[in-house]
Amino acid sequence: MPYRAVVIGVSAGGLEALREVLSCLPADFPLPLLVVQHLGVDSDDFLARWLDQRCAIKVKEAEDKEPAAPGTAYLAPANYHLLMEDDGSLALSLEDWVNFSRPSIDLLFESAAEAYGKGLIAVVLTGANDDGSRGLAAMKRSGGLAVVQDPAGAEFPVMPRAAIQATQVDFVLPLPAIGRFLANLYRPA
Amino acid sequence: MSPAREEPAGEAKEIEDLEISLLLEAIFRRYGYDFRDYARAHLRRRLRHRLELAGLADLGAMQHRVLSDRDFFELLLRDLSINVTEMFRDPAAYRRIREDVVPLLKTYPFVKIWHAGCATGEEVYSMAILLHEEGLLERSRIYATDFNRVALQKAREGVYSLERVRQYSSNYQKSGGRASLVDYYRTDNESMLLKNWLRQQVVFADHNLVTDGVFSEMQLVVCRNVVIYFNRDLQERIFNTFYQSLCPGGFLWLGAKESLKLLQIGEKFRELYGEEKIFKKNLQ
Ligand SMILES: C[S@@+](CC[C@H](N)C(=O)[O-])C[C@H]1O[C@@H](n2cnc3c(N)ncnc32)[C@H](O)[C@@H]1O
Repeated sequence: MPYRAVVIGVSAGGLEALREVLSCLPADFPLPLLVVQHLGVDSDDFLARWLDQRCAIKVKEAEDKEPAAPGTAYLAPANYHLLMEDDGSLALSLEDWVNFSRPSIDLLFESAAEAYGKGLIAVVLTGANDDGSRGLAAMKRSGGLAVVQDPAGAEFPVMPRAAIQATQVDFVLPLPAIGRFLANLYRPA
Repeated sequence: MSPAREEPAGEAKEIEDLEISLLLEAIFRRYGYDFRDYARAHLRRRLRHRLELAGLADLGAMQHRVLSDRDFFELLLRDLSINVTEMFRDPAAYRRIREDVVPLLKTYPFVKIWHAGCATGEEVYSMAILLHEEGLLERSRIYATDFNRVALQKAREGVYSLERVRQYSSNYQKSGGRASLVDYYRTDNESMLLKNWLRQQVVFADHNLVTDGVFSEMQLVVCRNVVIYFNRDLQERIFNTFYQSLCPGGFLWLGAKESLKLLQIGEKFRELYGEEKIFKKNLQ
């Protein structure tokens, strides 16, 4: 498989959606996952710990300069942008809100597209704003694979709908199918 | 067999990377500011942003412009230094400093504290308030440094927007504040003005962590949300500077998402409070 990382963007409705996707993945899932979920500025690492207890893969908050390891989902900490460096390590930044968001999904997608080009899978899930659609368009231009949750079944359809309008999306799938899709990419034949 | 051809996207990126390196080299030679070991993903974004705003054709044109136009350089300098900060940011960590570190600092006859990368100073006044409430301010000196002179001037003035005062008060209360934040500022229409006596023990100074020297015999170095903009090599170097600036057993306080864990210099410190990112320099 040519893929090297998965990035996921999600906003309102994200807790359940993330659980549903990430809990499908086996502990030995061979790619790192980088996740931006919009959170209140004061949030602690509750979401990471909550997901970690419910998933076979490891889920944690991203730390600065940490190398992204397979089988691990890294959540952007509240109030920090999460970026991917070319060498596959994680970087945090406090620069201004991008499109009213920090962390910004666009920023994560754009930097990961630069680092991994066509080796990137990007996933946009439920949300009530349009963060992520510019980033998704950028990652499509560099040849990655775009997967978007079907707005019809999404708790908040605005974000997936904006993503679908912004670029040529490869797969529009209902939530339960997204986790299976990712897991199946690597199931031994 | 011929080697696989580079895809065009990869090639464009390689060229851009080279252009960035040349630009940073030019800035260093002309102005002495060294951004060569800053984290790349961040630099790339900020430079592109400025490129767009300035309407320049490419990074080559930007290099020419920055070499010949000092005002443009000052602009770039501000682009590359993110000054976002607040009072009593991460209240739980301030509480830890107050309850568990200050008692240890009190064992010294005189306490020297270095706020490296203090930005517009909110963190410095927070520390001064905390030290005052714990009865240590009179016996302390705070060195507050940054390489961004515009930010540093704001730090000296200690005038902040009233819009943020609610959040600051709430942070202050959560950090274990013993009084009320209003005791420490006056207001006019749109600003909070920190009281003068708070900066009596503070020295503000222009200091570049990458190119300027060490301070000596500090009991506490506070450097929060600065090294996230550095690559790993530069982090090692800067933490070495802090190591040399600290007295044996001195404390290093980092930002909420920073750590010594992945670095070699980590061996020379002990993690005292992991959650709050407070480290202690080994005795030898
Ligand atoms: C995000 S602010 C952190 C402010 C404060 N310490 C806090 O955590 O709230 C980062 C600061 O580091 C400063 N900085 C970046 N590189 C520096 C350098 N080489 N020398 C000194 N200061 C630097 C910037 O100018 C900026 O004010």
